[in-house]
Amino acid sequence: MNFLYAAYTATWVIHITYLGILVRRYQRLQHEIEVLKKAGSST
Amino acid sequence: MGNVQRIFYYHVPSAWTAFLLFFINFVCSVQYLVRQDKVADTIANWVVILLGVATCVAAFVIRPLPDGIEPSSVATTGLAILGVYFLIKRYCSGKSTDALAVVTAEVGVIFCTVVLVTGPLWARPVWGIWWTWDVRLTSTLVLWLIYISYLMLRQFSTSGQTPVLAAALAIFGALDVPLVYFSIWIFRTQHPQPVIGGGGSIDPRMLHVLLINWLAFLCFAGLICRSRYRLEILQREVEEVQALEGLHELRSSR
Repeated sequence: MNFLYAAYTATWVIHITYLGILVRRYQRLQHEIEVLKKAGSST
Repeated sequence: MGNVQRIFYYHVPSAWTAFLLFFINFVCSVQYLVRQDKVADTIANWVVILLGVATCVAAFVIRPLPDGIEPSSVATTGLAILGVYFLIKRYCSGKSTDALAVVTAEVGVIFCTVVLVTGPLWARPVWGIWWTWDVRLTSTLVLWLIYISYLMLRQFSTSGQTPVLAAALAIFGALDVPLVYFSIWIFRTQHPQPVIGGGGSIDPRMLHVLLINWLAFLCFAGLICRSRYRLEILQREVEEVQALEGLHELRSSR
């Protein structure tokens, strides 16, 4: 039973970690877009 | 086998989903390469058509097929290859084909990682070992490593030729997928024999659960691919704007 729980946990951890990485990438990109917008409005 | 058997419902759908994503990556990579030359594009179209038709004909002509493989399933696979190729060709431009290739490789690696982690967790209580270097397991590990190197090439190479190199690598990587899939038919392996389309049998209730799980995994993979694709396109647009800004600054400083 422990192996079953370990497999389920590992699967969820892998998927949630990847989703977390995607969210971080979105946030970084959003920040870059803000910087570009500011640079565009100041010129 | 007991409750450990239930790992099968995560392990197998993850593997099928990874294979499907790697197949889409392969089609995108081929199209990215052949679209750079009109003659190559035309030749590729005809090769795919001939391959699809030949698969359908061969399915009903060649006898005997390996145990448990139905001619109709081989013919359906041939038609599916044909359909996916021309669907991507119809709805994706050159740049979006490349973006789709990156996305499917990345998400495919995630699902392949699940396969490589859940497999040993099942093997330890059933076989008594975590890992053995048999053909199915080794070829899956090689497949995972090829796509990891593909993603590393994408991430760290700054050359303008990166998409072309990555597409070529992806084509070689995808050649490993049939080897992984058919290894248990061709070689004597420790990995269990296929329970669907391989002469094995599975309780219909188990089959239903397995197929429902696969559908759920496909939906999940589709959703992740969709948002990752949007992120990739947005990222490329931002990079283009940044490059233009850099050029603009360079000109104004002169």
